[in-house]
Amino acid sequence: MPAVENLSLNPTRRGLLAGALAGGFVLAFRVPAGAQPESEPDQPADEPAGPFAPNAFIRIDPAGRTTLTMPQVEMGQGIYTAVAMILAEELDADFASVALEHAPPNDRLYANPTFGIQVTGNSNSVRAFWMPLRAAGAAARAMLVEAAATQWGVDPASCATASGEVVHAESGKRLAYGALVGAASALSPPADPPLKDPKDFRLVGKSLKRFDTPDKTNGKTVYGIDAMLPGMKIATVAHSPVVGGKVAHVDEAAAMAVPGVRRVVVLDDLVAVVGDHMWAAKTGLAALAVAWNDGPNASVSSQDVWTALREASAHEGAVAKSVGDADGMLKKGGAIEAAYEMPFLAHAPMEPLNCTVRLTPESCEIWIGTQVISRVQKTVADLVGLPQDKVVVHNHYIGGGFGRRLEPDMALTAARVAQAMIGETVKVVWTREEDIRHDVYRPVYRDTVAATLSKGKIAALKYKVTGSSIIARWLPPAFQKGIDIDAIDCAVDMPYDVPNFHVEYVRAEPQGVPTGFWRGVGPNNNVFAIESFMDELARKAGKDPVAFRRDMLDKEPRAKAALDLAAEKSGWGGALPRRAGRGVCVQPAFGSFIATVVEAEVDTSGEVRLRRVTCAVDTGIAVNPDTVVAQLEGGLIFGLTAALYGEITIRDGRVEQSNFNDYRMLRINEVPPIEVHVIASGAAPGGIGETGTTAGPPALRNAIYAATGIPLRRMPVDREVLAGKKEAWR
Amino acid sequence: MQDTFRLRINGEVHAVTVPPDMPLLWVLRDVIGLTGTKFGCGIAQCGACTVHVDGRPVRSCLLPTSAVGEQAVTTIEGIGETKEGARVQMAWLALEVIQCGYCQSGQIMSAAALLAQTPAPDDADIDAAMAGNICRCGTYLRIRAAIKLAASGDAA
Ligand code: FES
Ligand code: FES
Repeated sequence: MPAVENLSLNPTRRGLLAGALAGGFVLAFRVPAGAQPESEPDQPADEPAGPFAPNAFIRIDPAGRTTLTMPQVEMGQGIYTAVAMILAEELDADFASVALEHAPPNDRLYANPTFGIQVTGNSNSVRAFWMPLRAAGAAARAMLVEAAATQWGVDPASCATASGEVVHAESGKRLAYGALVGAASALSPPADPPLKDPKDFRLVGKSLKRFDTPDKTNGKTVYGIDAMLPGMKIATVAHSPVVGGKVAHVDEAAAMAVPGVRRVVVLDDLVAVVGDHMWAAKTGLAALAVAWNDGPNASVSSQDVWTALREASAHEGAVAKSVGDADGMLKKGGAIEAAYEMPFLAHAPMEPLNCTVRLTPESCEIWIGTQVISRVQKTVADLVGLPQDKVVVHNHYIGGGFGRRLEPDMALTAARVAQAMIGETVKVVWTREEDIRHDVYRPVYRDTVAATLSKGKIAALKYKVTGSSIIARWLPPAFQKGIDIDAIDCAVDMPYDVPNFHVEYVRAEPQGVPTGFWRGVGPNNNVFAIESFMDELARKAGKDPVAFRRDMLDKEPRAKAALDLAAEKSGWGGALPRRAGRGVCVQPAFGSFIATVVEAEVDTSGEVRLRRVTCAVDTGIAVNPDTVVAQLEGGLIFGLTAALYGEITIRDGRVEQSNFNDYRMLRINEVPPIEVHVIASGAAPGGIGETGTTAGPPALRNAIYAATGIPLRRMPVDREVLAGKKEAWR
Repeated sequence: MQDTFRLRINGEVHAVTVPPDMPLLWVLRDVIGLTGTKFGCGIAQCGACTVHVDGRPVRSCLLPTSAVGEQAVTTIEGIGETKEGARVQMAWLALEVIQCGYCQSGQIMSAAALLAQTPAPDDADIDAAMAGNICRCGTYLRIRAAIKLAASGDAA
């Protein structure tokens, strides 16, 4: 089993860490070879011994120790293992002995090629880094081969590599990579190193064991929330319950009287209580009895948000795609219309938000698990007025991201608290209630669609998305001409062959509710509306939902093959009990083609029981197929959780939900068998982490439609409607 | 008001001076430094904080330290020393159950307690023992399969 270096907590070594700090060492330095790991993850630094480091991802020391630097963060999606497999594949490293380390904040070296900054999101780690990592591995390998060939006086082309050695078959000579470190370092990296033919892959395509999981079985893995620093205090926070509100009054004396409370920090829009432990901080915060001036959003309610969204949706939008003459066709009459609405959703990662900060007049050190390490660094540097290189960020394993940790707000909050306690180390931990009530929510969306049918196919389709633009806030240069490319992603890439097709986007920001990326992002909304509508159209056309889709997929053979496989494996068309149904969903999201069949039953009280899920996926080359399967299983459950339970509502400017009692999650007893079939493919890898989340809700919705005849057009599932106690919303 | 408690954790005695109503979770994490036990909700809804008290699975986020007394506490850091714990850990890796891992300390503690009580659990036993543990990453299917594998003893 390969080793993950320096990422594990061993409480008995805390003394060593304390000593290191007292002695003035900076934690960002690598532990010398042979030393025991400390309690914090390390970042690459210069090594006196002169390793071979041909690029930012690979370092081989003279002992042959190979360290791979992970540009993307591990939050459960298995990316550490996938990145290591890709690098080691082209490098021909000895995979069993490579060590991994987190990349430090450095956009120049480790930017995600899709975004230009360090980001782990959009299910694109493998997609974006596939070629750069292969090239990095291949360049290093070519240099090692050249070094060996020169030493032996043979043609480099006559040399081969395997498991960390260069081999010259003719003479039987072999040299370990470690022995070539000096000579290879003197060479310049080749511009265009030859890549392996995928048929020669030894690692990629195999279900290899993950690097990160052994320490997750025994409590050793250090998440951001587990950072333990000498003398550290622990704080918890209350942000204004209404966005834009301010602190009016606090009872500081009452909080200070709580045993273990050390300090109360009152800022204009948040308060923090700092204590010896979380219990003191939490009890102290409750004793503070904060009164707030709620400000301009004091009266916002969900109803206001929906009213404004529906009004905005009546307007014309920016045109994102237009083929043929959909408008003209629809005006001729016979159009079928529908509207679909999606609720606000919280992320609720299992690891509540947290960040540890130590701020001095000259420097700042941060311990956090983040999807945007360089943005955290910059945000805090700007706040405290230090140059960026004086802000050291230690990234950690992430206990669930789902998009929540694409924001630096938890670091900003912690740094603001730290500004009140210069020279001290403070870990700021949010309660679950704070985590759910101060999220950046998956926006509410309203989608309107209209279509005409001809000979059992769609002749014209008009689709308009109305909702918040997260891109406009999060990556402003990408918001062009009024189009949010994420919000219409799977609309413009809709897989069906429709001769007259028109897509519009209307930007509408909800008052007083911040919005953010949520696992599955724009495609969740697009695929839900399109795939729900497909079933309604199939019914109008008098066709089976699978056949209706299939007849329009000639131009997307990968989607069609996935649909055929999912239909076959799910027993599509087979008999089912009364009030049970199957629903299908086809999607092109994140560069993967997926078809999903959900089988569900609805009882007379409107309760929905999931019976079975079948999924067929063509994700191109599956780097680690078992991870692909795991991500689909988990993603489907994430999406089905939202469909069955997920909704954040607003009243008096406040989020009404607070914890897992009123923001429900699917539990083990509610989860059906899920079968995932991975289709062999030689195409470049697609994204996978978010795809299941996109697939679940429309497939479930269509299963309910098949079981009951009720076309749900809003999420989450409304059990009163299914029980016949209420008209279906439309 | 604080008291001193002598807690028996993973076979070692730890003397801590804390408020009597302070939940064991925070004593483990913030005072003793055993951070393998996780905070997820604080209201006994998610199971991330599950530890064993005299072998029974308990949500440590609501267990006052004063209620622990002489009882033996086992945490994720110590569960591998038990037969069931070691089997569960091995089965978890054999089936690659884990994603982000944050819930898994609690899952493993609940599963180990189940196997100690019910060596060959059926699906209903698993539902009953595990429904208190949320996994936001959705690893439930593999958890179920891994419990069965651990029960069969074949993972070793
Ligand atoms: S933290 Fe104790 S059950 Fe959630
Ligand atoms: S593995 Fe992430 S919450 Fe369970």
